[in-house]
Amino acid sequence: MARMKFLCDADRCIECNACVTACKNEHDVPWGINRRRVVTIDDGKPGERSISMACMHCTDAPCQAVCPTNAFYTTADGVVLHSKDICIGCGYCFYACPFGAPQYPRVGNFGSRGKMDKCTFCAGGPEADGTLAEYRDYGANRLAEGKLPLCAEMCSTKSLLAGDGDIIAQIYKERVTKRGYGSGAWGWKTAYRETIAT
Amino acid sequence: MATLFTRIGSILGAIMLLVLVAVATPASAQQPSSVNPTASSVQEDKLLQELRRIQGRITIPDQRASVLEQPAGRDWRQFQQVTLRWIGGISIVGILVILILFYSIRGMIKMSRGRSGRTITRFNGLERFTHWLTAGTFIILAISGLNITFGKSLLLPLIGPEAFTGFSQWAKYAHNYLSFPFTLGLVVIFFIWIKDNFPGKIDVEWLKQGGGIVGNKHPLARRFNAGQKIVFWIVVLGGGAVAISGYLLMFPFYGTGVAGMQTAQVVHGIVGVVMIGIMLAHIYIGTLGMEGAFEAMSTGEVDLNWAEEHHKLWVEEEMKGKAPAGGRTATART
Repeated sequence: MARMKFLCDADRCIECNACVTACKNEHDVPWGINRRRVVTIDDGKPGERSISMACMHCTDAPCQAVCPTNAFYTTADGVVLHSKDICIGCGYCFYACPFGAPQYPRVGNFGSRGKMDKCTFCAGGPEADGTLAEYRDYGANRLAEGKLPLCAEMCSTKSLLAGDGDIIAQIYKERVTKRGYGSGAWGWKTAYRETIAT
Repeated sequence: MATLFTRIGSILGAIMLLVLVAVATPASAQQPSSVNPTASSVQEDKLLQELRRIQGRITIPDQRASVLEQPAGRDWRQFQQVTLRWIGGISIVGILVILILFYSIRGMIKMSRGRSGRTITRFNGLERFTHWLTAGTFIILAISGLNITFGKSLLLPLIGPEAFTGFSQWAKYAHNYLSFPFTLGLVVIFFIWIKDNFPGKIDVEWLKQGGGIVGNKHPLARRFNAGQKIVFWIVVLGGGAVAISGYLLMFPFYGTGVAGMQTAQVVHGIVGVVMIGIMLAHIYIGTLGMEGAFEAMSTGEVDLNWAEEHHKLWVEEEMKGKAPAGGRTATART
């Protein structure tokens, strides 16, 4: 089985935010929620870098560990998914997540959190693949159709890579060798406890 | 003349050399090995070492998403899944074991002279209402709070995921909404009982004698003894801490970021489970542990013998200048 991962090649990201827009559109993500975002560090200074970030689908995911209702599950492909029928919107996964992935639609009074929403690696949720019920709660299930996440598929500079961890790590290594530099796989150490040696 | 030509020749030679060098330099700069754009770029490891989190600029409206990475969530997870469970387990099970052992050795503490049949008003209506408002909401807050930490290990296997989620969802609503009457109760408790809860010399003596828990001695006390004063301050200060930390969690990003909310949850969790343990002891001594104690909070009237045993100085103050029987505070009941 593949072990699905994201890799953002920060030396290629041009901060066009197309991944953010494509994700919102593909999954009909509610207002106020962004499953993917682009953060620019040291903006305007020499050496600035932009990184596209979403749920990294961590190994031994902290959100899954702290969830009080066991709403999370990891698929055979290593994708971390959750059930909105089991989620109670307590906010714990948000405290635990190193990447700020879980978000909550605001419902009712004060800060009341609704059911958590996050990146699904375009793999839907616990409902049957491709059903309307699945689409309504989690968005499109591209993985079941044999396609990879849309954010990476349509990335114009191919900065964002999604797919089997070993394969995308290999692609990144070849790039680094060919061009002679690389600022590393952002978030990999935190998410997967490993880096790509280049 | 000859020297002039040699001079011109050497100048020309120098110019030729300069041109050669000038042409050669850009050519060598185009070699890929000499340019490294990442040499001056931001490095993930370095940023994490400096601040323990990485933040940047973001163009979507949600500015809170500008935090790229905060690995501290891993530490919080360790607290949430291991440390808090141990603290909670030890404080709650530990207190229960101590109470069971104490009850089996000491039994219910009786009134040594039996009931006198005469009663004295210990708590008025407002005091009792405030007590039960705070106590009732505390019990629901405690159960719904424990459910968040221990529910998935203890309750989920018994009732299944759907029923557990249904219960937890309601428990979360109860926890959020009942925090308001609980906090109101805390504030009123603080104002109505603060005057009787300032520590004094008499409390040192009471504590030295262990509150008379062992043996039959009854150290002197005014309206509240040292043990009750400790409970008062734990309720006011501990309750205040859980209320403040709880509201920080309930209103995300009002005043705190993610790191602040992690800290708030640590405070909320620890103070919460420790208070639950202490309140178990409070409930024990007010019901099973001592004869005549519960009526102080149910009817508000306590037996005069009970009052004289446990709060002698308070009874004397209340009786001062009043008829020994049939007064406003002391009423005879036969």
